[in-house]
This record gives sequence, structure tokens and C-alpha cells, in this order.
Amino acid sequence: MSTAAPHALADVTASDSTLRRFLHGLPGVDPVGLEARAASLGTRSIKTTAKAYAIDLAISMVDLTTLEGADTPGKVRSLGAKAVLPDPTDRTTPATAAVCVYPDMVPAAKAAVAGSTVKVASVATAFPAGRAPLTVKLADVREAVTAGADEIDMVIDRGAFLAGDYLKVHDEIVAVKEACGTTARLKVIFETGELSTYDNIRRASWLGMLAGADFIKTSTGKVAVNATPANTLLMLEAVRDFRAQTGVQVGVKPAGGIRTTKDAIKFLVLVNETVGEDWLDNHWFRFGASSLLNDLLMQRQKLATGRYSGPDYVTVD
Amino acid sequence: MAFEYAPAPESRAIVDIAPSYGLFIDGEFVESSGGDLNKTVSPATEEVLSEYAQGNAEDVDRAVRAARKAFEKWSALPGSERAKYLFRIARIIQERSRELAVLETLDNGKPIKETRDVDLPLVAAHFFYYAGWADKLAHAGFGADPKPLGVAGQVVPWNFPLLMLAWKIAPALATGNTVVLKPAETTPLSALFFADICRQAGLPKGVVNIVTGDGRTGAALVAHPDINKVAFTGSTAVGKEIAKTVAGTRKKLTLELGGKGANIVFDDAPIDQAVEGIVNGIFFNQGQVCCAGSRLLVQESIQDELLASLKRRLSTLRLGDPLDKNTDIGAINSEEQLTRITSLVERGESEGAERWSPACELPSSGYWFAPTLFTNVTQAHTIARDEIFGPVLSVLTFRTPDEAVAKANNTQYGLSAGIWTEKGSRILAVANKLRAGVVWSNTFNKFDPTSPFGGYKESGFGREGGRHGLEAYLDV
Repeated sequence: MSTAAPHALADVTASDSTLRRFLHGLPGVDPVGLEARAASLGTRSIKTTAKAYAIDLAISMVDLTTLEGADTPGKVRSLGAKAVLPDPTDRTTPATAAVCVYPDMVPAAKAAVAGSTVKVASVATAFPAGRAPLTVKLADVREAVTAGADEIDMVIDRGAFLAGDYLKVHDEIVAVKEACGTTARLKVIFETGELSTYDNIRRASWLGMLAGADFIKTSTGKVAVNATPANTLLMLEAVRDFRAQTGVQVGVKPAGGIRTTKDAIKFLVLVNETVGEDWLDNHWFRFGASSLLNDLLMQRQKLATGRYSGPDYVTVD
Repeated sequence: MAFEYAPAPESRAIVDIAPSYGLFIDGEFVESSGGDLNKTVSPATEEVLSEYAQGNAEDVDRAVRAARKAFEKWSALPGSERAKYLFRIARIIQERSRELAVLETLDNGKPIKETRDVDLPLVAAHFFYYAGWADKLAHAGFGADPKPLGVAGQVVPWNFPLLMLAWKIAPALATGNTVVLKPAETTPLSALFFADICRQAGLPKGVVNIVTGDGRTGAALVAHPDINKVAFTGSTAVGKEIAKTVAGTRKKLTLELGGKGANIVFDDAPIDQAVEGIVNGIFFNQGQVCCAGSRLLVQESIQDELLASLKRRLSTLRLGDPLDKNTDIGAINSEEQLTRITSLVERGESEGAERWSPACELPSSGYWFAPTLFTNVTQAHTIARDEIFGPVLSVLTFRTPDEAVAKANNTQYGLSAGIWTEKGSRILAVANKLRAGVVWSNTFNKFDPTSPFGGYKESGFGREGGRHGLEAYLDV
């Protein structure tokens, strides 16, 4: 069924064995070297004008997220208001990239951000476990898209991936991409913490891109290990190599566990020095984070006033 | 670039450099009997940092006599007592590491990132490591009661001034020897600061003596009749001279000389990490590393892919002010070295190799050389044979593991090599065939005090570091 792969790699997804051969033929990842590189980029010293630039850029890349069982339309409305105007005391603060909610909250989110640049993203496909029949996942996606979601964050079937059933995972992504139609962009979540090896993360990245992902995303934020500098660096290398081979550019979204401005800047340094300015834009790079935004806002206020304010000078949600 | 990093310079206020330095003999700073002074400059700016004494033969004699006198008491101390001094020195180095890192960067030109994160932690680690051995020499495998040699004359190079000092002094003191050390002509300052640390640690007078000066000072030290051991790290040419001088005497000798390390990348290598390893192998300390991976041997089938990745990566290297925390590539140590690099690179071009450098703006003052890559290099080219000691990588190709080994070993040197492959059995098979003192697998330029270091062929003989490093200072 697969036609999603770019022309240059069309043969790869022809069968289970060609896909397996391709994914296992990708260059290996040396964990020690990968982590050392990520750590060394983490020591870049970012100050003054560069810091101000990075903070605004990071704010504009945030997918402001609420993914709780206790979410209410009221909560989503206030989240939307915050996404549009993160800091009412300083109207030069950029809006965030999107608000990210469960499918049933899409209408509320859509209404909350109406008239702004803020997109509505929805974690469809039986998030976060993904343990539902494909028909259910596709229905989930269609509901969200019909309700106006601009972006769909899908989880892959990690069980199938770990069982080596790559074509199943691939075909599922293709089906979801189809369900997204022409309007919604698709982010594919690998749950890197459950894939356990870097080699698997590289294979999953290529698998996602071959199946037509617009974004590849580290994790759901619901497991112990989420986005790390190392797994994000690895995914950046994957999108860079994919574009070199096919001409198709894919976005990257680290999600979960990024809480401070310092951390966010380290990720931006990774982007800057791995894939460069082509990805330094919220169309191609996002932060999946809920608590990060407030720290960014406090750091921004500090740069503007020379003083630290405090948690009560930014809104709780 | 959209994301430009603002300058992040480390403050130099933390280091207090005196306008002039004497020699450190018998626990005191003293004038040279000749009264001659040399200048040491910052390679990044050509600013004169300080003046220091040009030690002559008479000064060397004074220092050796002080060391000889101190030897009696020092060697008679229980190992555990010597260990206390070494531990104390190690701790003071840690406490003063920021100051020493800034000093080393000013005097040597290497980035603060490297002095702060590599040099200084290793310097302290070497003193800690050999402090641990001082009372365990009976268990080192050199007999029940191995004896020190006496007075060691040590000459260290300018590429890692303080680290090479640590490699030399820590094992010498741990084993009960006393030392006279001559730092390099262009980078004497950290050794003089180390002299101050010895005083701070209360080290008995005369155990460590520092005699600064140029090659003449070193020659006088090596030729002095009352030293028992010569340890030298530096160029192969000088090493050969020293070997001639020492020949026929009873002095023990270890030499750590030049290198032309092969970094072998097989087609199943982890490419992204191999690229980092290649960069670290040749551009660490501007390539001024004797064990630099200056010959890249890449399997022909992945040549294009690897070179494309490498060039892209080189384009992100940041060259400039070594005190800036974001600088990756600093200054070349001296004008003389810059001239040597330049002439060898011109030779490479004239012999038909293809030269490439990333777009790179060089500062207007100081000694600078852009990271450089040569492709179409053959074994017959000068740049594939001679040590350049600068940020210049020669790329060669191979088709089979046997060819890789043959090319890697086809050099007059044999200090280091690297192997990049995801296949463990290949790492072991190839490493066993390489004639090099250190073989790194899936990494490069990693150092540890517990690991011996030294060369084959014209890269010298003897081992420093680890248990093996003790042997060079013991009568075994």
C-alpha cells in the first residue's frame, strides 16, 4: 500500500524485507560518542543578545500542552489565552507555536486561539499507549481533524516496532497521514524511552520519515525517560540526512522533561550546530512542554528589567 | 547565521602574571647567573605576557646540585609521606584550576574549553594517581623494594605545558626521585606557577627545580654528568640529538616524540560519531598533538559520504579568541610553528593533493591557521609522511582491512591510531596488527592517568602513565 516514501527511496518500503534491510543498513550509533557530543554542545555559553534571541525563539516554538485526565474546557481556554499572549505585561512577547490537547478538547482549544497564529495540535491515535485497533486510532484522528486540529501528534505502535514488524508500523503511519488530509500536519511520536537503544531511535526516525511524517517527536512525556539532548541530536542528524537524500525537510519535536530556559537553549544550540538555521523556526522545531514556558517568561523578564521576578509574576496556566 | 553567539570571554583577572620570573632552584626563585631574559607572548594577540630567565649551564648545575642534595632525604621518606605531598599538590591544582586554565590559555593559545575541561582535570588526576602508587611500589611488579634512580632531568614541550609537566613530575616524585625540569621556550609560565604550588604544598626544597630557557638550556640539562635519568617529550629531531648525547652514559632515557597517527574508518562505522572523532583527532589543540589522528584512512565505499559530513562539520567549528568559552579552535603556538605548518601545506598543494578549508575569518593579530583538509593524498606525499603538528588532515583511502593496516603501519612513526567500526571482532583483529602505542576504538584523543602512553619506531620509547610509567623512574 505504501506510496508515501519519497521517490528516491520508493523501493525501500516495497516489502517487509526491503524495509528491514534498509533500516538495519543505516549507520550505527555509538552511544558514548553521541552523548559526548550532546554534552559538549551543552557547554556553549549563551549570553546577552544571543540569549534574548534564543528565549524569544524558544517561546515561539513551544507547544503549550495539557494532557491530563482532569482537563476541562475552562482549563483549555485559559491555556489558549496564554498561548496567544504569554505575558500580558509585555506585549512584545511572541505567541507560542501551538496548544496541544486531547482530541475531545480540540473545539475548546480552537475557539480559544481563534484569530491568532497559534495552532491547535491534538494527540490522537489512542495516546499515550497507542494500544487500540487501527480503526479506533483513525476515527480518533478524523474526529480531531474535523474539529479543526491543525496538527496531529500520533504515537507509534512500539510493540510492533520492538517485534521487528516495521512494515506494520509504517503502514499505520501512512494510514494516519491519510486521515490527516491535506490540512493537518502529522507529528510521529516514537516514545524513545521505550525504544531503549539509539540504533532503534535512528531506525524509527527513518521509518517515520519514509511513511510521510511532517515532524518526528521523541516522546509522550508520560514515561520515565523523555526528550534528552542525545536522542534529540540523533533525530536532528536523521532529518538532516533524510533531507540530503530526498530533498524533503522534516521537523523535530523533543517533548517531556524540558523545564528550564537553560535546557531549552541547549536544545537550540543542538539545532543550530547540527542542522542550522533552516530548522531554527517553529515550522520545523518545537518544544513539547508545559512548565518550560513560565521559566522562559521569567528569564525574559529578567533580561528586560535586570531583576528576577518570581513565579507569581507569570500566570499558572 | 540567525543564531549568533555573543562573546563569552573568561576573565583573565583571576591570574596574576608577574612582569618577570627567575629560575626555581632549591625552593627559591633566583636570578640566572647570566642575567639573560626571554619574553613569552600570547600567541592569540602577540602581547608580551612576561619575561623569564634564560638558564645557562651554570644555572643547570646549581639546580642539579640542589636536586642531588634533596634526593637523599626525599628518597628516604616512606612512600606514604611522599604521597601526602603529592595529594596536597593535586588538591591545590584543583583549587587553582581556573587560574591555571586561564594562564595556560594565555601562554599557549589553546581554547579555554580545552584547558578547563581537559588539561587541568588530567593534571590533577595524574598527581592523584601517582600519589596513590607512592606507598605501593612493592606491589607494582618491579621487585619487593624498587629503588629510585636519583635526579631526573626532564624536558617538556609547548603543546600541553602543564599536563606534560604532570606526566613527568608526578611519577618521578612518587618513586622517590628529585627533578630538574625545563619547560618549553614559548610556554614557561604554568611551570613557574607550579613552582609556587610546590612551595604552597610545603614540598621540601630542591625536590622540584624549574630551569627555564631555550634549547641550549635543555642541552645543558641533558648533558649534565650528575643526572641519572633523562625524560623528553618533543620533536623527533631533538629526540635524536638527546639520544646521541646520552649514548654511552649510564643515564636512563625515555623519549616521547612525533607521530602521524592513522584514524581508520571502516564502512560500517558509526558515521556521525566517527566525524566527531576525526575532528577531535586532528583539531584538538589545533592539531598540535603528537598523537593527533593526522592521517584519515577511509574505506573507499563511504569516502564521499564521510567527506561531505566532515566538511559540513568543519564549517561549524568556531575559531578565534581562545579565552572565549565558545571557541573550538585557538591560536597556533608560535610564529615559527605557523611558518612550518604553512610551508608543509604549500608542499602538499605543490605535490598535487587537493586542499580545502571552511570559510573562516582569521583574527588580524596573532598566529592563526584555518582548519584544513587534504584529499587525493597518497602515501608518497610529504603531508602523508611528515608530522605537520597543526590543524591539517590528510585523507587517504583503502579497500580492505589488510590494506588499511598496511597503510597505517607504513610510517616512520608509531604513537597512536584509531579504528572506527561497529564490528567488535574487527576492532580486535585490526588493533592487534597496528604498530602504535595507543589504539583507540570508536573514540580518539582520550587520556587517562591509568593508561600507559608511548611510541614505536621514531615516536620514541618508554611508557608514561599507568603502572608502566613507574618503571621509567625505578631501578629495575
